[in-house]
Amino acid sequence: MTDESIVKIENLNFAFGEGNLRKQILFDVSLQIERGEIVIMTGPSGGGKTTLLTLIGALRSAQEGSISVLGKELLGAGEREMVGVRRYIGYIFQAHNLLKSITARQNVMMSLELHDQFSPVEASEKAAAMLKAVGLEEHLDKIPDKLSGGQKQRVAIARALAAHPKLILADEPTAALDSKSGRNVVDILQKLAREQGSSILLVTHDNRILDIADRIVSMEDGRLSEEKISNGK
Amino acid sequence: MFGKIPLAWLQLSFQKTRLLTAIAGITFAAVLMFMQFGFQEALFSTTTTIHKSIRGDLFLISTQSENLFSSRQFSRRILYQTLNNQNIGSASPIYIGILPWKNPWTNKERAIFIMGFEPNSTLLEIKGIKENFGNVTTEDTVLFDTLSRPEFGDVEANFKKGERVRAEVNKRKVEVRGFFELGASFAADGNLITTDLNFQRLFNRKLGQIDFGVLSLVDGANLEVVKAEIEKTLPKDVRVLTKDEFVQFERAYWEGATAIGFVFNFGAILGLVVGVIITYQVLYTDVVNHLPEYATLKAMGYTNGYLTRVVLEESIILSLLGFVPALITALALYALASAGSGLPIEMTAGRGILVFVLTVVMCFVSGLLAMRKLKQADPADIF
Repeated sequence: MTDESIVKIENLNFAFGEGNLRKQILFDVSLQIERGEIVIMTGPSGGGKTTLLTLIGALRSAQEGSISVLGKELLGAGEREMVGVRRYIGYIFQAHNLLKSITARQNVMMSLELHDQFSPVEASEKAAAMLKAVGLEEHLDKIPDKLSGGQKQRVAIARALAAHPKLILADEPTAALDSKSGRNVVDILQKLAREQGSSILLVTHDNRILDIADRIVSMEDGRLSEEKISNGK
Repeated sequence: MFGKIPLAWLQLSFQKTRLLTAIAGITFAAVLMFMQFGFQEALFSTTTTIHKSIRGDLFLISTQSENLFSSRQFSRRILYQTLNNQNIGSASPIYIGILPWKNPWTNKERAIFIMGFEPNSTLLEIKGIKENFGNVTTEDTVLFDTLSRPEFGDVEANFKKGERVRAEVNKRKVEVRGFFELGASFAADGNLITTDLNFQRLFNRKLGQIDFGVLSLVDGANLEVVKAEIEKTLPKDVRVLTKDEFVQFERAYWEGATAIGFVFNFGAILGLVVGVIITYQVLYTDVVNHLPEYATLKAMGYTNGYLTRVVLEESIILSLLGFVPALITALALYALASAGSGLPIEMTAGRGILVFVLTVVMCFVSGLLAMRKLKQADPADIF
C-alpha cells in the first residue's frame, strides 16, 4: 500500500539562511502517512514541527531529500504545482483565520470555490451541510465576530474539510480554546476525517487529545522519532 | 445566495464608516477635477464666443494684437483696400474697447466691454442683435448684454418695467435700447454693443482707426487662395486670419501667454494626487488588516492572481462609488457657478468620460501600489 501513501518523506533536510547564518531546522526526516491515518506530532517549541508542516502543506519549497504529498513530489516543484497541491489539503490553524467580513457559510464556500466541479448553488448547499456536521446549522449566516472561539474553530474545520481533502494539516487547533471546546473540536475533526477517509497530521502540545491518534511522532531538535504509546482505542 | 462570493465588495463594505470616508475622498478628488476642467473650458470657450459669433470668412488684425480684449488699431484704409480683390464681397470694421460703466442704481463703476459695428451690420450672430440693433442708431444709445454680471445693475428688469435705463459710460450718459445675450468671460464682466458712431462718441476716437476687419468672400471663392492674395497686399503690421485661425489665435493667447491653463491643469492634477493618496490609504489598510486572512487564502490554494483581482476590484468599486456622487455634485456646482458668475460651465460627455477614466486610473494606481503589500501575505508565516 506504500504507493498510495498520502505523505511520503525521505531523508528531508531543511535550513533557514545562508552561509554563516545558515541554521538547519530539519535533519534527515522521514515520515509516511497512509490513507485515513491520524498522526499526531508532538515535541517542544522550536523543534521544527511547524516547518515540517509548512513543507508538507506546500507552503515552503523543500531543499533536500524527498517529499511526496498526494503523489506529487514537492522537491523542485514550481509555484503553480505548489498552489495545485494546496487545493487538496485542508488546513486548520491555531487561530481560526476566518475572513471576518463574510458569513460562516461563505467562509466554507471559499474552499469549495477553488474546485470548479461545484456550482455556486451546490457550494452553498454543501457548505451548509458541512456546518451542520460541525453542529453550527443555526449559525450559517453569522459573521465570525458573532461566534464563540470554539464555534469559529468549528467553522474552520468545516472549511478545511468541505472539499473532502485527502490530507488535513492542523497546527495546534485547540491552543486557543478551553479544554471542553478543545475536546469538542477534536472529536468533530476525528469523526469527520474518519467518515471522509482523510488522513490527519496534527501538531499539538495538548496531551488530553493524544487519544485520537493512530500514531504519535515526536519532533525534537529537527529529528523525528516514533513514539511508543498505547492509544485509547 | 447565488454566484461566486463577491469578496471585494464584502471586504470593502464590512466597515461602513471607512467605506464612506473613502467614497467621500474619491468624490472630492473627482469633483475637484470636474471643476478645474470645467472652469478651464469655460474660460477658453467664453474668450472665443465673440469670435465664433461674427459672420465672416477672413479677419484682419494688427500683428501687435495679442487678443480681442487688448487690440491694437490699424487704418481702416487697409481694410477697404482689400475690396480691390474681386473675391471679397464685403469688408467691415469692428471697433472694440473697454470703458467704466457706472451702475445707475449704486453709482459704482465697473469696466464693461464695448463693441461698435456699422449701423446696417449683419456681422453678429448673437441672440437679440438682429431684433434690436436698429434701436441704437440714435445718439448715445446702446444694447446691453443680459448675461452681464449683476454688478452692472438690474438693467433688464427695470427696462421691462417700462423705465428708461440710462447709465454713465466714461462720463457720458447713454441709454439702453435693447438687449442681447453673449455672456461674461474671464476678460469681460459685461458687454455693450452699439453703432460705430456711438462708439466713436464714447471713446472719443477716430473711426479711421479700427480694431478688426471682417471680410466675406463672394460665392465660390477659394478661402486659402484669397487669403494668400490678401496677405501679399497687406502692410507688415496687419495680418489676415481665417475664422478658425481667429478663434485659435484668441484661445492660444489664453492657453499659452497666461498661466491660466497651467493653473487649472495643476489643480486637476492636485485632485488626482489627493485621490490616489486617499484610495491608497484605504486599500493599503485593507490589505494590512486582512494580511493573515489573505495568507490563509493562499494556503488554501488561492493564487496571487486571485488576491490581486480582489484588490483591483475593490479599487474599481471605489472609483464607481466615488464617481457617481461626484458627477451629481459637479452638475449642481456647474449650475451654481453659471448662475453666480455668468460663465457658461457645461458638462460635456467628453469631460464626463475624461474624469471617469481619470478616477478609475487613480483608484487602479492606488490598488497597484497597495498590492505590493500583498506579497507579504506569506502563507508559510501563518502557522
